[in-house]
Amino acid sequence: MKSRSFHVVGSLGQEILLVLVILALFAFVGWVNPRFVSENNLTSIFVGNAYIAVAAIGMSLVIISGNIDVSIGALIGVLAVISGLLVTNGYPIWFAWLAPLIIGSAINTLLGCLIAYARVPSIIATLAMLSILSGGLITFTGGQWISGLPSGYQLAQFRLLNIPSPVWFMIGMTIVAALLMRYTAFGRSVYAVGSNPEAARASGIGHASTVVKVFAIHGAIAGVAAVLFATQLQVIQSTTPVGLELVIITASVVGGVSILGGVGTVVGSTLAAILFAAIGSSLIFLNVSAYWLKAVQGVLILATVLADMARRRRTG
Amino acid sequence: MAAVTRILIRHETILGILFVIALFVMAAQSDRFFTTANLLNQARLMTEVGLIAIPMTFVIITGGIDLSVGSIMGLCAILVGVFWQNVGLPLSAAIGLSLVAGTLAGFANGIIITRFRVPPLIATLATLALYRGLAEGISQARSVRGYPDWFAQLGQGEIAGIPTQLWLFALVAIAGIFILRATTFGRTTYAIGNNEAAAEFSGLPVERTKLLIYTASGFISALAAIVFVSRVSTTRSDMGNGIELEVITAVVLGGTSIFGGRGMVIGTLIGLCLMQILQNGLSLSGVRGDGTTVVIGAILIVAVLISNILGRFAND
Repeated sequence: MKSRSFHVVGSLGQEILLVLVILALFAFVGWVNPRFVSENNLTSIFVGNAYIAVAAIGMSLVIISGNIDVSIGALIGVLAVISGLLVTNGYPIWFAWLAPLIIGSAINTLLGCLIAYARVPSIIATLAMLSILSGGLITFTGGQWISGLPSGYQLAQFRLLNIPSPVWFMIGMTIVAALLMRYTAFGRSVYAVGSNPEAARASGIGHASTVVKVFAIHGAIAGVAAVLFATQLQVIQSTTPVGLELVIITASVVGGVSILGGVGTVVGSTLAAILFAAIGSSLIFLNVSAYWLKAVQGVLILATVLADMARRRRTG
Repeated sequence: MAAVTRILIRHETILGILFVIALFVMAAQSDRFFTTANLLNQARLMTEVGLIAIPMTFVIITGGIDLSVGSIMGLCAILVGVFWQNVGLPLSAAIGLSLVAGTLAGFANGIIITRFRVPPLIATLATLALYRGLAEGISQARSVRGYPDWFAQLGQGEIAGIPTQLWLFALVAIAGIFILRATTFGRTTYAIGNNEAAAEFSGLPVERTKLLIYTASGFISALAAIVFVSRVSTTRSDMGNGIELEVITAVVLGGTSIFGGRGMVIGTLIGLCLMQILQNGLSLSGVRGDGTTVVIGAILIVAVLISNILGRFAND
């Protein structure tokens, strides 16, 4: 119990740190180039990246449970195309919005079963799934973009109280997931399974069923992310965004989810996703080539991981 | 121990039989397959994956994984071009420096894993992003062409009727077989994978062995990059993207346990040939490159499942 309260404090520290870094970044880049903090740019940062924050919620659950998923980028790509194909083939819009959630959940339930029951390590199962999904997608669509989307389909362009819908999704889903992880038996079992699978098993928490549930939820959240991704523009790319899984994993890990499992919150991962989106945008405003973005991302994830390990060694 | 050896032999026997069957099926399907020209060309194509698969066998036997090999390949490929064309060094010096850079990249992986105790999966996932980011940042997505003719000898030429890079591959493979089977270093590698704590308590140089293995993985990835650049006569920053999947699949298909402690270089070689035949067969029957990645992903899952089942029988 003592260590739990420490972890909560520890991750809260990470969240406050992230908020400070985000504010400092906005202040600095806004000072160098005031157009960075214009309403237009802020909207494009949030609308263009909210789906990453949403997907990072599910990824955080997966990592807290002691697993990893490198197929998430490919899954989002596949689900976005499915949604687009449904709506351009005359299915109702609500169905095109809903189907990715169900299909995503189904695919990841299968993945969860492979990992939990057939004991295939998550890195292997999801690496294989990554190549199956991305290879399958490009073979199926031939790289053709989907256009001719009906009006009313662009969910991500809707606004409520003048705030774009992706921001509402990001905030709402973060709060729901945070409450779920904090106050329900399921949430606690995810932490238990991730921090000490043996102890969890001994205290009657079903390891395998928890992992399958985590992946099922992760798949449904990926469906939401895919719909937000698909409905941003008037066309849908039919290739998976390269390296998207790394951005999502980075958000989770930088947000304070320990790579060793058992520790972390979804609030941190959402903040980290915002930070990362802001860094990407600020490179442009600081006249730094966008080709350095991935290197910055690599440094960030490495630094956070090393800090996490150092902190663990000090306390443990 | 005898039972485990028997299982190992059986796994390799099964693979060997599968290999022969695949050869016959392919030969019956297409008369273009069983020609010396095609077989030698296939061997040429699999050299880069094959080279990296040798140190990867060591890595996986220790219970680790190296996801950064493809990014090291991309980085080293870019560095050859940059050192040669932009810095103006002689090509041989550029190649030498690029090999040094790859070795350092692998050494950095090893340090992060052994000194900072970051799990290999996360450490190399972070450096996967970092090294690819460096490759993209340094190259700014520009490719380098126009290499001299002598350099093309390595990737496109022949010595005594055999593709040049196959000689190099044979050398690395034989060294791998010898080190793993006949040296204390090899036995330490198995000991680490079987029980790292026990290996440490028995006074084995666990950290040094792992550091050397990850460094070797970086060096060989750089070597594979040189072969690749020479074969296709151009350097691009996306070279080697996703190659880690093919390498890991070959190693696991070859009977190396993803949980460590078990595996042989011979198995990796057979796994490699089997995979290449399959890819060749699929492309001869009209499946495009992206379709084959679906098959590789599926093979990876099936290989781990079979190895798990065999492992469970061995334990009973």
